[in-house]
Amino acid sequence: MRRFAFLLAAAVAAGACSQSQPEVAPAPAPATVDSAAIRAREDSIRAAQADAERRAREEAERLRREAEAARARLTADMAAMIHFDYDQSTIRAEDQAVLDRKAAILAANPAVRVRISGHADERGSDEYNLALGNRRAAAAKRYLAGRGVTEARMDIVSYGEERPVAAGQDEGAWAQNRRAEFEITAGGADLRAPN
Amino acid sequence: MTRRLLAFLLLLPLPLAAQDRPVDEGIRIGISYNPGVRPTLLVLPQAGLDSARAILARDLDYSDRFEVVSVPTGSSPAGPAVNYRQYRVYGAQYGVDVVRGAAPGSARVRLHDLAQGKVLNEQEAALPDPSAAGFRMAVHRLSDEVVRWVTGTPGYAASRLAFVGSDGRLWRVDADGAGLTAVTAAGERILSPVWAPDGRRIAYTRFREGTGVVLVHDLLTGARAAVPGTATGLAFAAAFSPDGRTVAFARADEDGGTDLHSADVAANCCVRRLTVGRFADNLSPTFAPDGRRLAFVSTRAGPPQIYAMSADGTDQELLAPFNFGVDGPSNGPEWSPDGASVAFHRDIDRAPQIFLLDVAARRNRQLTSAGRNEDPTWAPDGRHLAFVSDRSGRRQMWIVDVETGRVRQLHTPAAVRLPAWSRRLVAGTP
Repeated sequence: MRRFAFLLAAAVAAGACSQSQPEVAPAPAPATVDSAAIRAREDSIRAAQADAERRAREEAERLRREAEAARARLTADMAAMIHFDYDQSTIRAEDQAVLDRKAAILAANPAVRVRISGHADERGSDEYNLALGNRRAAAAKRYLAGRGVTEARMDIVSYGEERPVAAGQDEGAWAQNRRAEFEITAGGADLRAPN
Repeated sequence: MTRRLLAFLLLLPLPLAAQDRPVDEGIRIGISYNPGVRPTLLVLPQAGLDSARAILARDLDYSDRFEVVSVPTGSSPAGPAVNYRQYRVYGAQYGVDVVRGAAPGSARVRLHDLAQGKVLNEQEAALPDPSAAGFRMAVHRLSDEVVRWVTGTPGYAASRLAFVGSDGRLWRVDADGAGLTAVTAAGERILSPVWAPDGRRIAYTRFREGTGVVLVHDLLTGARAAVPGTATGLAFAAAFSPDGRTVAFARADEDGGTDLHSADVAANCCVRRLTVGRFADNLSPTFAPDGRRLAFVSTRAGPPQIYAMSADGTDQELLAPFNFGVDGPSNGPEWSPDGASVAFHRDIDRAPQIFLLDVAARRNRQLTSAGRNEDPTWAPDGRHLAFVSDRSGRRQMWIVDVETGRVRQLHTPAAVRLPAWSRRLVAGTP
C-alpha cells in the first residue's frame, strides 16, 4: 500500500514536468556553421584572457617591485652612514635627517636591533682613533635615544682607523672614512615602513 | 736661558745639521777620531769567529758610543797575544776582540787599552755554533758587556722589537734587524703590543669586529690568556708594570668614553678602574720604572695631551706642557727605562713628530722633523728610541740616538706600525 502511494506521487510529478516543457526551437543545421569564425572567436577570448592574466601578472610584479623598492629604501635608510669633522664626534646638522629616518623606521619595527660602529681616518694615533670611533658611535646612539629609540636595542663598537672605506691620503678619502655605520643585527627580515 | 741653550749647543757632539739623517749602511771603515767626542774603538782581527766579530762590530757601532773601526781581517794573524804596537797608528783608545774560550763551545771577549797595551776587561761565555738559534743573542750579550765596561751602562744589542705588520700579525725582530719571526697566526688583527719586563711574554690587543681583548702571550709555551676585565667590549693599549704583575689598559665604554683600568695578571684578578673620564678619554698608559706613576693620554683639555697619575689613579696632573690652541695633539707616550724622560709624538702641521719630555724640568724637545714620525719606544739603554717613520716612502722602523740625533733604518720587508722594544733579554729567553 505504501509502495503504491509512492509510485503514484512519482507519476504525478512526471506528468507536471512534461506539461511545462517549452517549445523546442529547430536546431541549426550543422552544415551551415562557419568553423573559422568560431576559431577566431575562441582565439579572441583566449587572447583577452591572456591579456588580462598578463596585466594581472604585471600588476603583481609592479606591486612586488614597489614593495621591494620600499624595503630596499628602508634598508638603505637604515644603513646610511653619517660623517664627522676632523677629530670631532658631534652629529652634523645635515646628518640629523638621516638619523631621524632611522629613528622612525626603528619605531615602526620594534624587533629590530642595530649595531653602530664608529670609524676614524688614518690621522691621529692608532689607539686614540679607537677611542674617537667609540665616541662617534656613542654620539649616534645618543641622538637616536633622544628620538625615542630604546638604548637596549643599540650596540656600539669602534673600528678606529682599522677599516677605511676609501684608500688614499687626502681630505677626500679621510672625509669618507670619518663615519659611523649602522648594521641591523636582528629583526630586519621584513621591515615595515613608518606611518 | 739663552746662555744655557748656548752651552747645550756647544756640548752637542755633532753639529745640528747632522741630526735626523741616516748614516751609511753597515760599519764605517776609516779613521775619524774626534778628540773629546767619542772614543775610537778598533775591532781587532782574529782567526776564526768571523761571524761573531762582524756582529760585535755592528753592535758596537749601533751603540753610538764609539767611533768603530774594523781592522780588516787577515791584516794580522793574531793569536791570544795582541801586538799592541801595530795598532798605535790608528790612534784609537780601545781595542776589542773575540777569541775562543778555554771551555769547548765558549768564546772570550776582551777589551784592550791600546795605548797602555793591556787587557782592561774580559769575559768568557758559552757561544753556540753560528748555525744554532742562540748564537746571535749570545754575541749581542757580549757586545752589551763591552759597552758596559767602557760607559758603565750596557748596550741594547741583546733585545728585540715587536711590531704589527701590514698583514695585521704580530712580528718580532732582533734589534739589529736579524731574526724576523711571526708571533701570531695569519688572520688575526693585532694592535698595541708591549713586552713584559721578563722578555718572555708579550701583551697585545686582538682586534675583531670592533671589539678587542688584551691577551698575554707566553713566547715559550705559546699559551695565551685574557687579561681580567678585557674579555668583552673593546680593551686596548696595554702596559706592563715594571714587576710584570700588573697590566694597565684602556677600555671603551658604552657611553662613548674610554678609561684606564688595571688588573693583576699574576693572580688573574683585581680589575681596578683608574680614571673616570665622563666627557674625556683616557688611554695609552705607560709605567714609570719605579712602578709608582703612570703617564697616559687624556682629552680632558680638548685635544689629546700627556698626563700623569699615581698607579692607583690618584694625583693626576698634566705632564708634558703644551700651549692651548697652538700645539697639536700629543699621543703614544712611553716612559724611559731610567725614568728621566717620556717620549711621545705630537702633531706639527698635522704630521706627528717625536718629542722628548724632560720629566724633572718639564721641558719638551723635538727630535724629528722629516716626514711622519710616531709611536716611539725606548731601547733598554734608555738612550735609543725606535719609532715609525714614512720618510723612506713607507712606514718603517727607525732608530734614533737621542744624544747625537743619529738615525738608522731597521729594514723590514713590509710596512710596520706600533713597535714595542723589549728590555735586555737574558740567556734562556725564548
